[in-house]
Amino acid sequence: MISQLTGNERVLAAFTFLILLCVGVAMAAAGRDDLIGTHGWIIAVSAIAGAVALLRAYDAPAPSATRLSEYYDDPSKVGIILTLIWGVIGMLVGVWVAALLAWPELTIDAAWASFGRLRPVHTSGVIFGFGGNALIATSFHVLQRTTRARLPDQFSPWFVLFGYNLFCVLAASGYLMGITQSKEYAEPEWYADIWLVVVWVVYFSIYIRTLLRRKEPHIYVANWYYMAFILVVALLHIINNLAVPLSFGHAKSYSLFSGVQDAMTQWWYGHNAVAFFLTAGFLGMMYYYLPKRAGRPIYSYRTSIISFWGITFMYMWAGSHHLHYTALPHWVQSLGMAFSVVLLVPSWASAGNALLTLNGAWHKVRDDAVLRFMMLAAIFYGLATFEGSFMAIRAVNSLSHYTDWTIGHVHAGALGWVAMITYGSLYALTPWLWKRPALYSAKLVEWHFWLALSGTVVYVFAMWNSGVIQGLMWRTYNDSGTLSYSFVDSLVAMHPYYIARALGGLLFLAGAVIALYNIVMTIRSPVAVASESASDIPLGLEPSAPIAQAGE
Amino acid sequence: MTIDHEMLTGFSKSFGLFYLIAMSIGVLVYTYWPSNKKPFENAAKAVVSDEEDRPCL
Repeated sequence: MISQLTGNERVLAAFTFLILLCVGVAMAAAGRDDLIGTHGWIIAVSAIAGAVALLRAYDAPAPSATRLSEYYDDPSKVGIILTLIWGVIGMLVGVWVAALLAWPELTIDAAWASFGRLRPVHTSGVIFGFGGNALIATSFHVLQRTTRARLPDQFSPWFVLFGYNLFCVLAASGYLMGITQSKEYAEPEWYADIWLVVVWVVYFSIYIRTLLRRKEPHIYVANWYYMAFILVVALLHIINNLAVPLSFGHAKSYSLFSGVQDAMTQWWYGHNAVAFFLTAGFLGMMYYYLPKRAGRPIYSYRTSIISFWGITFMYMWAGSHHLHYTALPHWVQSLGMAFSVVLLVPSWASAGNALLTLNGAWHKVRDDAVLRFMMLAAIFYGLATFEGSFMAIRAVNSLSHYTDWTIGHVHAGALGWVAMITYGSLYALTPWLWKRPALYSAKLVEWHFWLALSGTVVYVFAMWNSGVIQGLMWRTYNDSGTLSYSFVDSLVAMHPYYIARALGGLLFLAGAVIALYNIVMTIRSPVAVASESASDIPLGLEPSAPIAQAGE
Repeated sequence: MTIDHEMLTGFSKSFGLFYLIAMSIGVLVYTYWPSNKKPFENAAKAVVSDEEDRPCL
């Protein structure tokens, strides 16, 4: 990848590594008595690794001008591999913590292996590691195809991709060491947060610079969703992480907010992380890859615009439904509830739009497991958004809140919607990018599909049962007006469901491992199609091309 | 005029309603504006067309 950088970009890369090395060493020195020191070393070692890679290829000839007549897909390719690896890591830790809940005695006697430290490795691993890399990889691909313009330069996409993964590594390693600011989905401390802001600004600038050079006059709707994702996540991330560190040599920081303001800011962030990270970005993915794979334009382009503005402006107000029956003013709770219920309209408009696009192509859905992944994602998106609106109603929330029902709801969205649309899109994208006639094995995609579906169904049903039982046991009173069940009684009732949940997660993990294997084997298979331009259309539509010899 | 809790909640409860309604009308007008019909259709179709997979120079 270094040989693809122009001379100026190599100098820029060298300066970036130098600055990163200095920052890393300074953190290691200032924080030698603190956990931040270890992170300083991780940053310094990453900078040295980058610099070594740069020096080894520094004298390579400058890239030829013909590169400008091709899209720049190498960052997307590396992003796909990173997505699949993070997926396996994040889901493996997920199964591990699920097993710890079912069989707590399985733990080993080490601080890093405790539930409280492993659980954020799971959540950040799947949301940021798996989901974030998938969004970066696909957004670069979609952006270039829909604007018909190449990415603005060769350095910034790599900076975004590797910088983002450095953030993910700092996050996960920090949790294991015990670094956390105890804000859900925003656990990394101040220095990692600042680094993510830098990466994010460059990410948004890539979008703007490419759009400015676009050859298509209209900006396709998928780009609006990706841009909303980038812009709003920046806003949320900066505000929720406003904090004052103890000193530059300490990992610990104190939030600018306290009390109910802190709770409101956190759940404004938390719910919009779901809305803009796990929904808007993946809707962008859906609006490009689903029509592309089905070979049919989106059913209603107008509906996609209306639901875009509906989703972006209404989600902003929904966060307070996480704080029903708390110290938050009653009218703010009601506001969040009302917006959550109205949100069903643009959400179902998007899900319906996706399914109606497939109307008339059901034979493709039947035959093509890749398209079936995308269809199932749209169905789960519809289910999860309906459930979410319903759970945000205060009376329903009094039963569901603090129970496993919430966990079931999150996983209906995360496994059923986010992971399914991601795997569907990556399966479609891999042969196009690597110019292969097909995936290594269509049969393995079928296996993955059914493992993912059964894993999700087992997981979600287990958590629905568990959550409703929990909720009911916690609110059952006896004749004398005291609670009928102790907390431990409800815990004993959960046990079979916790075992079922671990099994469901294991099935889903097995599918993720198969996906990694299948895509790696697709890349490694030496066959390439002769005509490069023919590789970017869905299979089945492709004219039968003569197959080139390896190394040709 | 002092900016206090009463003032901010009063503002949110009144202005918030009207700006969201105005924005919804704006979005609907843009979406159904007759001359926008053609670019929207072209954009939807361009995604599935199998043109050459190269940037436009």
